[in-house]
Amino acid sequence: MPAERVAAPGAHDELLAHFDALIAEGATIETRDWMPDGYRRMLIRQIAQHAHSEIIGMQPEGAWLTRAPSLHRKSVLIAKVQDEAGHGLYLYSAAETLGVDRADLLEALHQGQQRASATFNHPALTWADTGAIAWLTDGAAVINQAPLCRTSYGPYARAMRRVCQEEAFHVRQGYDLMRALCEGTPDQKEMAQDAVNRWWLPAVALMFGPPDTEAGGADARTAALGAAVSRRAMAWGIKRHTNDELRQRFVDSCVPQAERLGLTLPDPAIRWNEERGHYDFTPVDWDTYREALGDDTHWARQRIAHRRAAHDDGAWVREAAAAYAARADAGASPAGAAAGERTGTGGRDGTRSGVAAPQRTEEHT
Amino acid sequence: MSRDREGAPASWEVFLRARRGLAHQHAGSVRAADPDAALAMARDLYARRGDPLSLWVVRSDAVHTASPDERDPYFAGAHHKPYRYPEHFAPLTEKGPDGDHAE
Repeated sequence: MPAERVAAPGAHDELLAHFDALIAEGATIETRDWMPDGYRRMLIRQIAQHAHSEIIGMQPEGAWLTRAPSLHRKSVLIAKVQDEAGHGLYLYSAAETLGVDRADLLEALHQGQQRASATFNHPALTWADTGAIAWLTDGAAVINQAPLCRTSYGPYARAMRRVCQEEAFHVRQGYDLMRALCEGTPDQKEMAQDAVNRWWLPAVALMFGPPDTEAGGADARTAALGAAVSRRAMAWGIKRHTNDELRQRFVDSCVPQAERLGLTLPDPAIRWNEERGHYDFTPVDWDTYREALGDDTHWARQRIAHRRAAHDDGAWVREAAAAYAARADAGASPAGAAAGERTGTGGRDGTRSGVAAPQRTEEHT
Repeated sequence: MSRDREGAPASWEVFLRARRGLAHQHAGSVRAADPDAALAMARDLYARRGDPLSLWVVRSDAVHTASPDERDPYFAGAHHKPYRYPEHFAPLTEKGPDGDHAE
């Protein structure tokens, strides 16, 4: 864990100047570098919220694992949901380089002190929802996250590069799932349209956050507040674009995709604006929308309750693993009598370069 | 934020060799109670795709570190010893250093 250097009075300015210079030249900030407290706090908040969203985001789709319509779709969905767990773990790992403990972050999520994206406080009502979630919310995530591959904090940027490589598969399989439904029976196509009707607004609004430019319309006060936060984040190189800029980029990319699928995005205001070179769409009424999605909704409580239950139900596994490790440690000590209990896989100091044979159990070929 | 927690499992740094010819590269970290569990976790987390050749896990608290900003003499880059670099000497041909061993 990073041991923070204690700065003598006056040395602070020098440290800050060095930090600012690194940011200005586009260099990354690394684990043991000095950084302003605000920068560290903003990163912890953002990375934790992101990690929580990844693992909570497993739930709506995970609910369909046992009901996938074919073995192929089931294999794909398992791989996708497993990736989401992995993304959460990449990010908790990155957060820990900032001097926090992932157990504390999870506890904060369970206690409601930290949050996951409210996008996932919606139920996945039909099979088509798994397609709409992957196509729209993962599609939004890609647009949101691609610039984060160049975020100024090194461990976060590297985690995001892994995440983004995998998100591309998520979006494509979601689009493929939607296309299969759209080319199917009228009922199947209707199911696809219904899912898009329910997931479009959460993707546009919640995946990008509150409006943070005047062009974001909606509520001027929210936009001003959002703009201040975004300016700070951009000055530090944590963010590269405003929420509204990325939101526009998302709408621009989705409209032609929806047209190819023969689906209608549920916003009558969507139309090409020749002058701007972008699609117009209805500005998100953020405050009303957020009200409706507070932590106090049924699905918000459900998501956290499910997460806590999974954590508590898994306690015996963690206890068993700890007991096993303690016994192995005792066996390794010179006085230990349990020498025969070692598994014989080699010394602990070995590098075991042969152990990494990948088992592609999740891949469909 | 502290609470009565069952002992959190140890942290392990994960190093991955993606293909032959490359050194192991730091990939991230995992939490696990023992080395075998750490390897299994590292495989599931950092080797779900591609054809990685090998994985190392090292307990995070066993990694001894130094950073350039903290310990200058360790990382001075030998700038005060220019004779360690080829540019310090005249090239072998008139084409410059790139032409040293040109056909």
